[in-house]
Amino acid sequence: MAFLKIENLRKSFGKVDVLKGIDLEIEEGGFLVLVGPSGCGKSTLLNTIAGLEAISSGSISIAGKVVNDLHPSERDIAMVFQSYALYPNMTVAENIGFGMEIRGVPKPERDKAIAKVAETLQIGQLLTRKPSQLSGGQRQRVAMGRALVREPQVFLFDEPLSNLDAKLRVDMRTEIKRLHQRMGTTIVYVTHDQIEAMTLATRIAVLKDGVLQQFGTPAEIYNKPANLFVADFMGSPSMNLIPATVEADGGNVGIVMQRDEGAPLVLPLANGAAVNLAARNGQKVVFGIRPEALTDPDSADRNARQVSELDCEIEVIEPAGSDTFAVTRLGGREIIARLRADAPISAGQTARLAFNLDKAVIFDPETQARIL
Amino acid sequence: MSAEKIVGTGRGNRFLRVVLYAVLILFALYYLLPLYVMVVNSVKPLDEIRQGDMLSLPQIFTLEPWAKAWSSAQIGVQPTGLRPYFFNSILMVVPAVAISTILGALNGYVLTKWRFRGDDVVFGLILLSCFIPFQIALIPAARILGMLGLAGTTTGLVLIHVVYGLGFTTLFFRNYYAAFPTELVRAAQIDGARFFQIFRRILLPSSAPIIVVTVIWQFTNIWNDFLFGVSFGDFDSLPMTVALNNLVSSSGGVKEYNVHFAGAILAALPTLIVYIVSGRYFVRGLMAGAVKG
Repeated sequence: MAFLKIENLRKSFGKVDVLKGIDLEIEEGGFLVLVGPSGCGKSTLLNTIAGLEAISSGSISIAGKVVNDLHPSERDIAMVFQSYALYPNMTVAENIGFGMEIRGVPKPERDKAIAKVAETLQIGQLLTRKPSQLSGGQRQRVAMGRALVREPQVFLFDEPLSNLDAKLRVDMRTEIKRLHQRMGTTIVYVTHDQIEAMTLATRIAVLKDGVLQQFGTPAEIYNKPANLFVADFMGSPSMNLIPATVEADGGNVGIVMQRDEGAPLVLPLANGAAVNLAARNGQKVVFGIRPEALTDPDSADRNARQVSELDCEIEVIEPAGSDTFAVTRLGGREIIARLRADAPISAGQTARLAFNLDKAVIFDPETQARIL
Repeated sequence: MSAEKIVGTGRGNRFLRVVLYAVLILFALYYLLPLYVMVVNSVKPLDEIRQGDMLSLPQIFTLEPWAKAWSSAQIGVQPTGLRPYFFNSILMVVPAVAISTILGALNGYVLTKWRFRGDDVVFGLILLSCFIPFQIALIPAARILGMLGLAGTTTGLVLIHVVYGLGFTTLFFRNYYAAFPTELVRAAQIDGARFFQIFRRILLPSSAPIIVVTVIWQFTNIWNDFLFGVSFGDFDSLPMTVALNNLVSSSGGVKEYNVHFAGAILAALPTLIVYIVSGRYFVRGLMAGAVKG
């Protein structure tokens, strides 16, 4: 059953429509990540869930109760802000206890709750400090402590890690995931970082221009992107999207990609895929394949049902330590292949690359939607 | 080339620096001269001033002119000194500064953190009041004070000064709170704080610098005001500035310059004290740590 449910949510600022009919739901204990480029409406969506922005139409319900018109403090939520938003004039303990103080919780009870949260987050020694005396990571913990102490039904995170340096960000990411596993509270998390989205989420909602592009598990989003935008946005390096043509000859269907020199590259498709595409004979499509599905024959997935090996001209080699990235050209585009670190390959030469067609997807360039 | 200029190691630079300081010191002396003349002559007997040398130090030191200016000089009809008018001014300035500062802070808070349709227009209109010359408003203001039954009272003067000060105080606080992180207000909302709780617990504790600026500005302006005081004041409410004018320009008898100088210093003293005292609390960096960085 859906714990947090958003139905046909619309929000406009004057004449500008920021959210254009969003439908989302997440089960109790789920981790929903809202991801998208800046200006896609993800933070606005979070603010409407929090009650910090009024909605124009639609409904938001938490645990079966419609909260559209409730004050933020009555929705049983807690929020961690991008800037942490710690009250500068209060100590860490006062920051964490402010909400309880406003609600009139007696001091001994408050102190007990603060101590408990401080222990969970290991910030006990910071309780008497002011926010200005804390490092970025410590401020982040205090901001999370202020949310934890409420024991809410839903946690809202608004890009909580974007102000931390790279190393700390990875640590805190793990910590958030650990906290979620331990407490099992429902979380809605906004980020523009698709790696954060993939690592944390049980469900991902990809937004663009106020429209929900795709809503699904991280694996669905990654392996079966609903359209070209999602395919391009999720994953790093991003998916290779190659202009191609369908060529059907009786029962055999192939994908044809132009090369700068030499004959076009033809990838034969397996029967299942072939049936679906046969009707599109001669039409243009976009062939999508992730860099890790395009590799040297030795690294190719042994369990894949359908792998095609073809010779490609390698233009550039980018060793990255754990892997080597090779750049080639197909259909007039730069294509990135991900090889094992010591693959015997060098720039300017022809190398054999294995296309794992199990992992390939095909899009309609007109509608941008995935057709296979 | 330009870097060397900035570092200032060259000999030409040192020369420039000497010239710069010489000019600055000269100007400082020039600006201090009037104060010197006032202080020196306020502690001389009148005869000594009559001898003609305004710049010399007193041969006989006396505080009698100060005592006379304060408590027994002829102002208008009565020989009351400046004392009652000093208290008139205090009774007018303190509430006027307090009320206009509080209202300005609330205006700034609403205009930045509780935005509503047309708030920019409202702010523009409030801002416009900073540019309206006093003289234009004199007659309408007199009518309104009359209708309210406040003509000639200190309360009436407080009202006028609050209304006139509101444009400036709103401007100060609005611009200060515009830079105040809105996420703090939102965090407080989620913590359950309401309108006035957020104002009192979150914004006010971080507002010391702008409160000091506003108080100095309002105190100086209202204390030094002459036009409203002379137009709307009565014996019970005439402020210090008008009394000083009456002291200096009252005809008949000898011109007691030493008493005039003492009176003028007395009239200027409160603004100086406010500046020196509250300037000490003019602290910066209170916002550090609220947000990142």
